[in-house]
Amino acid sequence: MGEYTLREMMTIVAAREIRNGDIVFCGTGISMLAAMAAKNINAPESVIFFETGAIDSKLEEIPLAVADSRVMYLAATNGGLFDAFTTMQNPITGRHVIGILGAAQIDLYGNLNTTVIGNYIKPKNRFSGSGGGCDVASFVPRCIIFMQQEKKRFVNKLDYFTSPGHMNGSNGRKKAGLREGGPTVVITNMAVFRFDEITRQMYLAGCYPGITTQQILENMEFAVDVSRATEVAPPTAEELKILRNKCDPQRLIL
Amino acid sequence: MNMKQDKVMTLKDAVREYVKDGSHISIGGFTINRNPMAAVHEIIRQRINDLHLYAHSNGQGADELIGGGCVSRLDIAYGGNGKYAATCIRFRKAVQEGTIQIEDYSNFQMTLRFMAGAMGVPFLPTVSSLGTDLVNVWGFSKEERERDPKIPNQKMVVMDNPFGGWMDTPKVVLVPAIQTDVTILHVQKADKQGTGRIQGLTFADVEQGKSAKNLILTCEELVDTAVLRRNPDQNNIPFIHVDAVVPVSYGAYPTACYGYYDYDPAFLWRYARYAKDDNLYREYLRKFVHEVKDHEEFIALNGGRERLAKIKADPITGYAVNLDRG
Repeated sequence: MGEYTLREMMTIVAAREIRNGDIVFCGTGISMLAAMAAKNINAPESVIFFETGAIDSKLEEIPLAVADSRVMYLAATNGGLFDAFTTMQNPITGRHVIGILGAAQIDLYGNLNTTVIGNYIKPKNRFSGSGGGCDVASFVPRCIIFMQQEKKRFVNKLDYFTSPGHMNGSNGRKKAGLREGGPTVVITNMAVFRFDEITRQMYLAGCYPGITTQQILENMEFAVDVSRATEVAPPTAEELKILRNKCDPQRLIL
Repeated sequence: MNMKQDKVMTLKDAVREYVKDGSHISIGGFTINRNPMAAVHEIIRQRINDLHLYAHSNGQGADELIGGGCVSRLDIAYGGNGKYAATCIRFRKAVQEGTIQIEDYSNFQMTLRFMAGAMGVPFLPTVSSLGTDLVNVWGFSKEERERDPKIPNQKMVVMDNPFGGWMDTPKVVLVPAIQTDVTILHVQKADKQGTGRIQGLTFADVEQGKSAKNLILTCEELVDTAVLRRNPDQNNIPFIHVDAVVPVSYGAYPTACYGYYDYDPAFLWRYARYAKDDNLYREYLRKFVHEVKDHEEFIALNGGRERLAKIKADPITGYAVNLDRG
């Protein structure tokens, strides 16, 4: 086993969640790289799909935005935002979609804030906003969420509730009128979290090699069940080779 | 719309004619692709202000309109520029400092809002955002909405499905239509009558164009009507919606135009440096917008032909292969 960076680890851990037949909704940066890694490593029959309207893009070079012309090249179809979001809202196609999202804040139930820190009208810190994030989180049955493991990000209460996770727990989505689903996994620079089938609360599913549960808990405002945690397998030499040489040879994301 | 046979105008005249102080406006494109940047700079140059801007994810164009002091109200889903600005910098500053008023939507909601405007209905339903702050938190107050006939009386409305549980859907969120005074799109090809052809992804440009009272097309190439009509299935902007056609080569620069040129990473990094500092940004506006005659001069100041050669699209892929984007 060679050296690898945390970013590489996060990318590969996310790629392993993607299966053949999945339609992968991805945003910019590491989420795009995870989708490309899955396609090249473990899920060659997954379909990469962008909110801007491109389906099954060739991606010979890594796009640096979801509107990058690189997503348009050799796509099956080039449509628009309406096509992309209705594909996800339509339950026939939507149930095959797996979303990849990131956020500034996340709570115990995987609800996300990508909008503001502080007051909405005059915030301390303004972020990009929902984009298609809230739509994806509302429509699709499975989501991978990338987070930095920091206390200010794993919070008891979101400053702004942008994208729905499991709302307030079991049946929360149903009560709100949302489609079944919600986040399946949260991948950070230290750990992997999943959500309890019954309570829909986040629990620690895995620690990265050399990281203790204590270190992880110190970097969260809320406590989670750690009894189910195992060690997460680091990327294999083969996974790293493909990720570095095939997915991001120019090191634009890694 | 207008039914003139020849709608070709200069950019200066088209902006002067159709973009007024206080106009409700939208621009085409998405983050770093096909924003009508020549038109954005002309709006800033003409010092048009108090605009109400509607944006799904108009990165560079929205950021410069805000930075240029043209915008006072903003309905937006996303203010980011991919790798070049996780959050658009002048947008972020303006919101944090309270110099613009903002209301947040999702990308699908903004798309539906344009589509409702294009369809001539007051709202469209979605199941997105139920239970979230997108629905619950308003940027414009009830009083302001009642005072201003140009904005709807509510942000969104949650409604029980009036068809019972039809389509397994208990509730929907209704999002209000947008009808802009003017929308500006940059397209690859257009003819003088206003038929437009967008190549590559259309984003929400077609819906935006059709939701507008006045539509300005800037285009890379002005082509003969006969040429466009040879493949009408490739034309996506019907001329009946269009008011002005403005040929502007590299009119989306520094954002990309599929099949013609890529975004300019070097410019976008330089822009980010200017945008982070108020004094530098004033300098940027003075040097690159206000004291510049037109888009050609703007491009000349940013490396001119030599730079354009670097970002020229490869005819097969539609982008600049192996462009240094780091």
